[in-house]
Amino acid sequence: MKSDALNISIKDITKTYGEFFALKDVSLEVKSGEFLTLLGPSGSGKTTLLMVLAGFTRPDYGSVKFGTEEVVLKPPHLRDIGMVFQNYALFPHMNVEQNVGYPQKLRGVSKEKIKETVDEALKTVKLDGLGHRGVAELSGGQRQRVALARAIVFQPKILLMDEPLSALDKKLREEMQIELRQLHDSLNMTTVYVTHDQKEALTMSDRIAVINDGRLMQLDTPSAIYKKPNNAFIADFIGESSLLSVKVSKKNVYLGNTKILVEHSVKKDGDFLLVVRPEKLFLISDNLTDCNTFTGNVVESIYQGESQLLMIKLDPDSHGDQILRMRIPNGTASLQELPSIGNKITVGLKKSDSFLVE
Amino acid sequence: MTSTQRINQEGINKTELDQLDRKERYTLFGLTVPYLALVFGLIIIPIGWLFYMSFIGRDETLSLENYQRIWNSKAYLRIFKTTFQISLLTTLFCVLFGYPLTYFMSQLSNRWANICMIGVLIPFWTSLLVRTYAWLVLLQKKGLINTLAVDWGLWAEPIKFVHNTSGTLIGMVHIMLPFLILPLYANMRTIDKDCLKAAANLGATPTRAFWTVFFPLSLPGLFAGLLIVFVLCLGFYVTPALLGGGKVIMVAMKISDNIELYYSWGAASALGVVLLGVTMIILFIASKLVSIDQLGNRS
Repeated sequence: MKSDALNISIKDITKTYGEFFALKDVSLEVKSGEFLTLLGPSGSGKTTLLMVLAGFTRPDYGSVKFGTEEVVLKPPHLRDIGMVFQNYALFPHMNVEQNVGYPQKLRGVSKEKIKETVDEALKTVKLDGLGHRGVAELSGGQRQRVALARAIVFQPKILLMDEPLSALDKKLREEMQIELRQLHDSLNMTTVYVTHDQKEALTMSDRIAVINDGRLMQLDTPSAIYKKPNNAFIADFIGESSLLSVKVSKKNVYLGNTKILVEHSVKKDGDFLLVVRPEKLFLISDNLTDCNTFTGNVVESIYQGESQLLMIKLDPDSHGDQILRMRIPNGTASLQELPSIGNKITVGLKKSDSFLVE
Repeated sequence: MTSTQRINQEGINKTELDQLDRKERYTLFGLTVPYLALVFGLIIIPIGWLFYMSFIGRDETLSLENYQRIWNSKAYLRIFKTTFQISLLTTLFCVLFGYPLTYFMSQLSNRWANICMIGVLIPFWTSLLVRTYAWLVLLQKKGLINTLAVDWGLWAEPIKFVHNTSGTLIGMVHIMLPFLILPLYANMRTIDKDCLKAAANLGATPTRAFWTVFFPLSLPGLFAGLLIVFVLCLGFYVTPALLGGGKVIMVAMKISDNIELYYSWGAASALGVVLLGVTMIILFIASKLVSIDQLGNRS
């Protein structure tokens, strides 16, 4: 099942509901064959944007192009794109085969050809042999696969997915993330995927578009977004982080009255936030060069399976009254080394892992 | 030890737990007692009495003459034919008017759908007799509709709307519509709107999406509604009696005539039994065509 993927150009898409801006001047380019994720909290506008792509929501203004063709005025049934709905939206009065064959039947494909393509699509999603099952007889994971088969059976050039894994349990969801990504690679379709789960976005995407309050906040590869978030919202939303208030004056960064080394210097003076990823912190006894150190008291120590989460109340005199979170993978520190509640400890953070956001 | 083995074995507290179980079941059953008593006193006994009376002839002995009369008389055959015709036509018109309206309501926002629903329910809550007489006032020769239409020159002579089949149909369709709309609406509201979106996304025009997805999914509601309407029509009395003006005679009216004019309880009972029997047969066939659980919501 190979077809030519199409690129998508979204330009200045704005959608209001009364006074409320669901989308505000969103412009982004999805490369052909790319797996792009629209990531944002609920109510951020990510689903609205997907609905604009599918044609179910008409924007106030702006342009959507599939390849070179302007589609913003095209009704949904003429757009020829596959879509997997959040609740799957399988037709309950049809069996698996009829569901998957539906788009082919609409396209006037011959009976033999329908059978052939449906079988192939079911095989692709590993459901071969279940064609005669009723939708009600399927498990959640199987329904999800049927919805996927139905969306790819007519070999669309673009595939949209609206939180397709949100109804599955965690283990199945993580398996499906890998599987969907592999499927994307083998099908050569441009995929736009909507999720509010940052880990899912990091796992699956070529690039992530972070959306909040109807605006595109950052569009970049997963590693770039994790390592260098544009602003406090993204730093907080993607991955775990402690945001510490710092002051910048004359290019020097101060946490309380401690000077902090940062990777990228800031030209502007004023209040900033230091982003500290809990897993980047390490226990130290001596001061190291090219490294920030923080001292404080452990106020909480939580066992979380693969790691131990420490809450460190920073020394109010030198760092200001703030909480720092630190994650120690279990097994790396011996039990004696693991600080317990009430201990005063010093932790280090490499300069290259220290960065500021506004 | 497998769980079945376990169940068969006497375990600790088994007797006490069983006792509690039984007690709970009896308590639950107790809740139905008032209703069962009511059904028994007001439905089972009278119908049994009716059944018995239908086999009593004019000379107060057991005989089949009441049924023979129904079977042999052309008049009775005609009455049954009229009853079914009127019921079928009423059901048909109810579907023709009710389905599009209900579809429209199901697509509205909750707020507007509720306003429309009030429009459906207010007549439904108004007395049947009031509504029937209202139609009489509107439709008769010197009624509002004819007077206005003649004044405005829509038609030259007053049209005879009442005391015939058309009057009966107008009144019955109006009175029966809510019985179709209510179950149909309940069903349509449960149809996942995303299914229609999915159909459109997969390439279906709005018309095609309606006929291939929405309509089949609304069938259980439609079927429930039209069955209620049809069965209610079979035994309808007040409206056909008033708007038909004695020219449209349905079974219920004949039953009443048999008692009021001829004091023939036997004949009336036999008619009642036949009507009941026919209704049961229709319900049975219908339940075979569409299984009962399909009338509920399939999620």
